Amino acid sequence: MNKSANKAVWLILLILVWGWTAAAGQAAESVLGQRFVLPNGLVCLFSQQSDLPLVTVDLTVKAGALFDPPGKAGLANLTASLLRYGTRTKNAQQIAEEIDLLGAALTTSAGRDAATVKLTILKKDLPAGLKIFQDVLLQPRFAPMELQAMVQRLKGTLKSQEDEPGIVAERAFRRTLFGDHPYGSPAIGTLASLPQISQYDLRTFHRLYYRPNNAILTIVGDLTFEEARALAEEFFAGWEKGDELPPPPTPAAKQTQPTLVKIDKDITQANIILGTISLPRSDPEFYAFQLMNYILGGGGFTSRLMDNIRENRGLAYNVHSSFEPGLVAGPFDISLETKNASGGEAVAEVLAELTRIRQELVTEAELADAKTYLISSLPMKMDSNAKRAALLGYVEMYGLGLDYPWRYAEIINAVTRDDILQVARKYLDLERAVLVVVGRQQEINLNLPSPWRQETPTP
Amino acid sequence: MKKLTVILSIICLLVGLTVSTSADNGNLFSRVQEHQLDNGLTVLLLPESRAPIVSVQVWYRVGSRNEVLGKTGLSHLLEHLMFRGTEKYGPKVFSRLLQQAGASNNAFTSKDYTAYFETGPAAGLRLFLELEADRMRNLKLSEELFRTEQKVVVEERRLRTEDDPVNSLYEELVATAFKAHPYQWPVIGWMHDVASLQLADLRQHYDRYYQPNNATLVVVGDIDPAATLQAILETFGQIPRGPDPPPFRALEPPQQGERRTEITREAQLPAIFMAYHTPNLTEADAFPLEVLSLILAQGRSSRLHRRLVYEAKVALDVGAEYEFATASPSLFVFYAQPLPGKSLAYVEQLLEAEIDKIKNQPVSEQELRKAKNQTEAAFIMGQDSLFYRGMLLGRYQTIGSWQRLNDIVPGIRAVTAADVQRVAQKYLVKTNRTVGILNPLKPSRPTTERFVPHEQVR
Repeated sequence: MNKSANKAVWLILLILVWGWTAAAGQAAESVLGQRFVLPNGLVCLFSQQSDLPLVTVDLTVKAGALFDPPGKAGLANLTASLLRYGTRTKNAQQIAEEIDLLGAALTTSAGRDAATVKLTILKKDLPAGLKIFQDVLLQPRFAPMELQAMVQRLKGTLKSQEDEPGIVAERAFRRTLFGDHPYGSPAIGTLASLPQISQYDLRTFHRLYYRPNNAILTIVGDLTFEEARALAEEFFAGWEKGDELPPPPTPAAKQTQPTLVKIDKDITQANIILGTISLPRSDPEFYAFQLMNYILGGGGFTSRLMDNIRENRGLAYNVHSSFEPGLVAGPFDISLETKNASGGEAVAEVLAELTRIRQELVTEAELADAKTYLISSLPMKMDSNAKRAALLGYVEMYGLGLDYPWRYAEIINAVTRDDILQVARKYLDLERAVLVVVGRQQEINLNLPSPWRQETPTP
Repeated sequence: MKKLTVILSIICLLVGLTVSTSADNGNLFSRVQEHQLDNGLTVLLLPESRAPIVSVQVWYRVGSRNEVLGKTGLSHLLEHLMFRGTEKYGPKVFSRLLQQAGASNNAFTSKDYTAYFETGPAAGLRLFLELEADRMRNLKLSEELFRTEQKVVVEERRLRTEDDPVNSLYEELVATAFKAHPYQWPVIGWMHDVASLQLADLRQHYDRYYQPNNATLVVVGDIDPAATLQAILETFGQIPRGPDPPPFRALEPPQQGERRTEITREAQLPAIFMAYHTPNLTEADAFPLEVLSLILAQGRSSRLHRRLVYEAKVALDVGAEYEFATASPSLFVFYAQPLPGKSLAYVEQLLEAEIDKIKNQPVSEQELRKAKNQTEAAFIMGQDSLFYRGMLLGRYQTIGSWQRLNDIVPGIRAVTAADVQRVAQKYLVKTNRTVGILNPLKPSRPTTERFVPHEQVR
């Protein structure tokens, strides 16, 4: 069974590779794009895609919320967001007007690990677009007036998000799981931290982290390699190299026993999140974890959780598991929403599925199907310029190599059922798990086994 | 802020349109091959070999618009049941086969259509066609699976609407704006209707609308059109033509005065929607209305964002959406959510001032040029996604004809400042308007206030 499934995987791969070759009418692709490094340390990645008169330019900077200093949650996000709100020569409205007039899209944002500046633009407008790109990246003003207005909007967003039970649950989950580590706070900051952030903080953060030797430039679209290289040099060679940066803080498990957090809210569904701290992307066990997660709750309609809780019991519309393997260990979590009265039944089933995957080997058929899906769906991660740009940045960020998509099958096929059991046992440790339940508590009967400790929220 | 954006992006995904085609720009839809099978199935093939991927999409001309009060939500619940197995491919076989092919698959229902898709490696093309052809007529509906799926959809409604104040307001707004037309009820259906639908209702709906002569098959991607057509003949071609579905007749009468509605419930911030009845793309006014919506609300330099968010600093979020790619005439909707502590009445006043301004003075040449550039660039950018290209074809064919895609960029290009002013004066009038307001009720329980997430633990 295993053997024949493996054979099927290879067959599909062969067909894919053949398809590529046939489609491109050239030698089979074996790398995602070309790589060069500017003298200031900026890593540049390029892939020529000439079907549309379009270019995507993505700059990834290791300047996400992970690098927020203690007490200043939201600094990375504010820094990225405010890049577009005024430079030494232009105000916020001039920048918005110029971009909109070109019909282009320029976004600046910060995620958990990285900040990105992203431009999508018609080829004919690329030089004009890059000029604005360079200006917002290198010469932001961070005017106090703009900072203040943005903080007011973020506070409004935080308030409005209290009406989203899923977000309320996720915030409590992260806070309990990660404590004071930056992964424990919302990336957009908190009502307490946002007023602590000054123009000086923004300028310091920008000066330290927005450096070419801490960034990756990705260009995908209707350009030749020579054109892309010339543009990278013209707009980014003058960007001054920065000092070596200390590594980001590693999260430590705060929990020594399973912890339950209940939040009372007058809604019709119990919003439930259960999870633990998992692993960083660089961990060799990532691939076994990826397959384990797919089988348990990541694999859409075919996953165990979906099959049990939605397909067989009709308890929830959404139930899935996911993990965020970042520069450091991120969370693994299972989330679902079910009517308050079914909360107890749903949690019991989740716990049963966790116990099963920690005690029994997954079946050969499950593993074979998961491998086939992950391997054969990979081309869909690079079937548009936008997706290819994202994948290029990802493989560079985590040091996977530009041939990663072509090595992926081999890596995945090497994972055994025993490997999956090992990662489930190691990471899905209920002794260190956090369970959050948001809903009408009087209607939710959890009936948890004994070791669960309830943490009482304090005013 | 996110929430309103999400609602609007859903509208945009399902029915709105900011992309279109261009007559002289690469003729992106010029390679479309249209075929009509003997059984009435419309087939649209678009070869595009950028990646070894295909997207197969089946679009049925049935949505919540084809329902009646008391049985709303029928189309959407049927969409769910379409994943519950046929005689040939029993329950759970469908998803597993697609998983093994490395394909993603799902479905979506709107007011006007129900669509199913598989996107994945080109080697899976035959399988995708076989599975879709099979479930067009061979769905096996059991009472037990039906009851389970009904529970799932009830949970979906709780998730999307019951526990979401702004979505609840949007539902209330639309139900007030339409009195005679089925657009008045939500696509997912009213809660009581969804919970009380019977298996026989589903069966009847399926037999009435899931027929080759009421569907469009779109195949986009790395295909050989001749071989693909042959495979389609061998699968879909074997299905006999069905009875024609009943004609659709409803029409909303002209509105004769402003309607205001509000909902009062636990919420953190108030919100406002303003909806005006407008024509759809069958009328020439659609293009100036689209330009009007771009000038008001597309990008950070647009009028509403600039005035309410950036300058006056009273709104957390503001926008406007014009739905023109719909089967029946729909709405031009404004929305705003005030920042904490700012008055909703003042936000409404500023919205009205912007509406008056665009009625009283012609827009500038620069604004007009910006709207046209945005339309053309968005069109090219939309082509980056194979799936989206297929979606445009399927949606336009289902509500009229895919050929209409070719009219849009020339239509937008031809719009003048005088046109924009004329349609603003014609449609954005008080008697044609429905206003919906969310009145936040402070949480009744003292506990909730204390459970602010970041203060929650410790």
